Amino acid sequence: MATITASALRSTPGALRHPALRKLAVLAVLAAVLGPLAGAHWAGSTWPHELTVDLTKPLTGASTWIIDNRDSHPLFLYFFGYVSNAVVISVRAVYLFLLAAGWAGVTALGAAVAWRVAGVRLALGTAAAFLACGLLGMWVPTMQTLALMVVAVLASVAVGALLGLAAGLSDRMDRALRPVLDTMQVLPAFAYLLPVVLVFGIGVPAAVLATVVYAAPPMARLTALGLRGADAEVLEAVESLGATGRQRLLTARIPLARKELLLGLNQTIMMALSMAVIASVIGAGGLGDRVYQALASVDVGAALAAGIPIVLLAVVLDRVTGAAGGASPARAASGASGSRERRGARARLGALAAVAAVVAVALVARLAGRLDWPTGWTVAIAEPVNRAVDWMTAHLYSGVPYIGGTADWAGHFTTWVLDPVRSGLQWLPWWSVLFVVAALAWLIGTWRTALTAVLAMAAIGVLGVWQPSLDTLSQVLAAVAVTLVVGFATGIAAARSDRFEKLLRPVLDVCQTMPQFVYLIPVVALFGVGRAPAVAAAVVYALPAVVRITAQGLRQVDPAAMESARSLGATGGQQLRQVQLPLARPALLLAVNQGVVLVLAVVIIGGLVGGGALGYQVVFGLAQGDLATGLVAGVAIVCLGLMLDRVTQPARRDARKGA
Amino acid sequence: MNRAMNPARGAARTVTRRTALIAAGAATCSLLAGCGAADMTKQASPFAGAQGAKTVTLSVQSWVGAQSNVAVAQYLLEHELGYRVDTVQVDEVPAWDALSQGRVDAILEDWGHPEQEQRYVKDKKTIAPGGGLGVTGHIGWYVPTYLVRQHPDITDWHNLDKYASLFRTAESGGKGQLMDGSPSYVTNDKALVNNLKLNYQVVFAGSEAAQITQIKQFAKEKKPFLTYWYAPQWLFKKVPMTEVRLPPYKEGCDADAAKVACSYPHTPLQKYLNADFARRGGKAAAFLKKFRWTTEDQNEVSLMIADQKLTPAEAAKRWVDSHPSVWKKWLS
Repeated sequence: MATITASALRSTPGALRHPALRKLAVLAVLAAVLGPLAGAHWAGSTWPHELTVDLTKPLTGASTWIIDNRDSHPLFLYFFGYVSNAVVISVRAVYLFLLAAGWAGVTALGAAVAWRVAGVRLALGTAAAFLACGLLGMWVPTMQTLALMVVAVLASVAVGALLGLAAGLSDRMDRALRPVLDTMQVLPAFAYLLPVVLVFGIGVPAAVLATVVYAAPPMARLTALGLRGADAEVLEAVESLGATGRQRLLTARIPLARKELLLGLNQTIMMALSMAVIASVIGAGGLGDRVYQALASVDVGAALAAGIPIVLLAVVLDRVTGAAGGASPARAASGASGSRERRGARARLGALAAVAAVVAVALVARLAGRLDWPTGWTVAIAEPVNRAVDWMTAHLYSGVPYIGGTADWAGHFTTWVLDPVRSGLQWLPWWSVLFVVAALAWLIGTWRTALTAVLAMAAIGVLGVWQPSLDTLSQVLAAVAVTLVVGFATGIAAARSDRFEKLLRPVLDVCQTMPQFVYLIPVVALFGVGRAPAVAAAVVYALPAVVRITAQGLRQVDPAAMESARSLGATGGQQLRQVQLPLARPALLLAVNQGVVLVLAVVIIGGLVGGGALGYQVVFGLAQGDLATGLVAGVAIVCLGLMLDRVTQPARRDARKGA
Repeated sequence: MNRAMNPARGAARTVTRRTALIAAGAATCSLLAGCGAADMTKQASPFAGAQGAKTVTLSVQSWVGAQSNVAVAQYLLEHELGYRVDTVQVDEVPAWDALSQGRVDAILEDWGHPEQEQRYVKDKKTIAPGGGLGVTGHIGWYVPTYLVRQHPDITDWHNLDKYASLFRTAESGGKGQLMDGSPSYVTNDKALVNNLKLNYQVVFAGSEAAQITQIKQFAKEKKPFLTYWYAPQWLFKKVPMTEVRLPPYKEGCDADAAKVACSYPHTPLQKYLNADFARRGGKAAAFLKKFRWTTEDQNEVSLMIADQKLTPAEAAKRWVDSHPSVWKKWLS
C-alpha cells in the first residue's frame, strides 16, 4: 500500500511535467511572437492609452439621469419604488414584532428554536448570547440588525433556492448560471455597494438588496449541487413507481438534498451577517452602524461593544444551522427504523411546549412592562478595552529594545517588501503580465480558466486602472505570502496537537466573524497609516480559513498511508514532508485559493486606512457619489478577484488526480 | 398518478392559480401605500416611529463635531420635546441624496456643496435650508506647534520644500508626506501640490479615524508631520497645530478644481432640512431651525466624546445641564 502510494506520488509530477512543459512551450512561442510586436507598437510598460475606454462621461450621465428621474420615471415609480417599499415594510414588520416580543420573549424564542433544532446546550448558549447583547447595551441595535438579517436571509434563500432549482433541473441553466455564481462567490462585498446605492439611495432598502445579492449565490450553488447529487438509483426507483416530475422533485430529490440545502442556509446566513456590517457604510443602521460610528471617534472599546454582539449572533446562528444540517441523517435513519409515529408525536409535543413557553415568557414580560432592556443592566466594557489598547500601542509602537517597534516593522515591510513588489509589477511590460497570468492559470487549471484570467486582467487595462490595480495586486501578493507562511505553520501545528487545536478554535471563530471594521483602528495604532496596516488587517482576516483548511486537510490524510510510513521508520518531519503534505495537496491548494479571495476582500477595505489604490477609489466613489470613479474601481476589483481565483483554482480533474 | 390528466381540470387549475396570483398581487399592492405610483421621495427609515413614537432621523457625519451637534439635538428632542431620535451615519454627498428622499430629516452641519445645493434646493425643492449652525469652518494645512518652535519659518508655504525631507515616510517615496483624511471631505490638495510645484506626495489616510490615530502617534514622539486639517476640531486641544500660510483665498479662485492655487475659504456651516419635514415637522422642525451655537460649545462636547470617551448621550447631558441659557432659546 505504502509503496504503491509513494510510487504513485513520485510518478505524478513526472506525468504532469510533460503537459506542463508543453503548455509553457506554447505560451513561450506566443510570447516570443506577440510580445515584441506589442512592445514595438505601444512603447512603455504600462497599459497603452490607446487601448483604454474612458467611461467617465456615460457613467456620470447615467448617475445624473437617475437622480433627475428618480421621482418621476415609471421605472422607478412602478418597479424600484415598490421593491424599496416592500423591503421597508417587511423589515419594519419584523422589527416591530421583535420589539413587541420584548427582550425576554426574543431570548426565549431564540433558545426554544435552538433547543428544538440543536439540543439543550446550544439553547443555553443562544440565551446567553442574547442576554450578553443586552448587557453590552446593544439590545435595540441588535434587534435592528436581526430584523434586517431576517428579511435579507429569507429573500436570499428564496432567490437562491429558485436559481438553484433551475440549475439543478436544467443542464442549460446550470451551464449558464455556474460561471456567474462562481464569480459572485469571489467578489469582495465592497464592490456591490455602489450600484445599489445609485438606484435606491442610502438606506435600508439598498443595504438589504446588496446583502441579498451577496448572500444568495451560496444557496443557489448548494441547492443545485444537492439536486444534482441525488442518488440515481433512488430516483430510478421513484420513477418506476410512476411518480410525476413534480412528485419526484418533492418526495425524492429535495428531501435527499436536505443536507446541502441546510448547508446553503448556513452559508447564506453567515454571508448576510458579514454584509450587514459592511452595509453600514450605505446606511444599514443597527450594530454595523454603531461600529462605524465608534470608529469615527477612534473608540475601539465602543466598536468592540457593538462588534461582540455580531460575533455572538454569528457563532450562535452558525452552530444552530450547522447542527440542523449535521443531525438530520441520523435522525432520519432512526425515524425510518420504526417507531416513527411515537417519535413524531414526541417531537410535536416538544414543539408545542416550546411555543407555549415562549408565549408565556413574552406575556409575562409584557404584563410586567419590561419590554425594553432595563437601563441599569448594562456593563460598560469600552473604557477598560480602550485602556488596554492604549497601553498596547504605547508600549509596542516604537522604541522596543532590539526588535524595534511595530511602526518600524511596518516601515521596513513597506520599503523592503511592498515597494519592490509594486514597482516590480509596474515595471513589467503589460503584455508580459498577461502572459504570466496565462501561464499560472493554465498550469494549474485548463485553457478555459487561463482565458478567463487573461480576459479579466485585460479588462482592467481597458478600463484605464492598470496602475492602481497592480498596486492593489502587490498588496494582495504580499499579504497572501505572509498569510500562507503563518497559516501553514499554524495549521501544521494544529494538525499535530489536539490540545493546540482546541485552544485555537475559539480564536479562529472570533477572527472569522469579527467585523473587519473593528480591527482597522488598532491596526492603524500599531502600524501607522498606509499599506502596511491594510496588509496586516488582511492577514488577520484570512488566517483562520487558511489554518482551518490546512489542519483539516492534514488530518484527513489516509491513516493507512501514515501508518505504513511510520512502520518504514520515517521520522515526524519525514512523514510530514513526504506523506502528509503531498497527500493533502488539494486541501493546501484550496487554502491558497481561499486565502487569496479573503485577502483581496480586506485589502480593498484597507482603503479606509490608507491602503490607497482600488480600495480608496471605491471609498471615494461611495463618499462623493462619484459613480465614474467608484464603479470603474469596483469592476476592476471584480476582474482582479476573478483573475486571482482562476490563477489559484485547480481544475477539478487535477484535484481528483491528486486525491 | 395518471400523467395524462384531464385537460379541463388542468386548465381550471391554471385559471385558479392565475386568479390567486392576481389576488396576491393586489393584496401586496394595497398593502404598499395604495395601488399606483410608489414615491421614491417619501422613504422613511423602517426603524423610525416604532411603537407610535414621533421620530426624527438625523444624519451624523463621520467627524466628531457633527456627532456633537447631533448628540445635543438628540438629547433635547428626546428629553424636552418627547421625540424618539434615530441617527444614521452617512457621508456628506450621499447624505444630501438621503435628505432629498426623506430617509433622513436633517443635516446639522454642511461644509458647502454648491452642486448639490443647486440640484436639490433650487431645482427640485426637496431640501430646504435650515439656517446657520453658528460655527465657522476652515480647512487648511497644519503642522504641529512643537515643530514651529524649532523652525519658525515653516509656516510659509514657500519654505515647505526646504523641509520636505523632514516629512518623508515609507508611503511618500522620497518626497515629503502631506496627509489627507477621508475621501468624503472637500479637498484640493492634489491640485495644490501640483500647482504650487511642491516636492510633496499626498497620502490619503482613507478615514478620519485613521488620520487622527496617526497624528496622535506622531505627536506622542514629537515627530514632524504636515496634514490636511480643519477647524473647529477637538484634536487641537490635544495636539496643538499651526496653520501653514498658503496663497490667500480670493472669491472664485477655487472655481476650476484642476487649477486651484490658493488656500481654502472660511465657511459658515449650514443646516439643511428635508422640505416636507421643514413644513410639517412641527416642534422638532422649529427646534432644529433655531439650533445655533458657538465653536466653543461644540468643542466642549466634542472633547468629552472623543477624548474623555463619554458616550455622545452622556456628553450631551453634561453640556445641557451646564448651559441652560443657550438651549432654552431654541425651544421657545
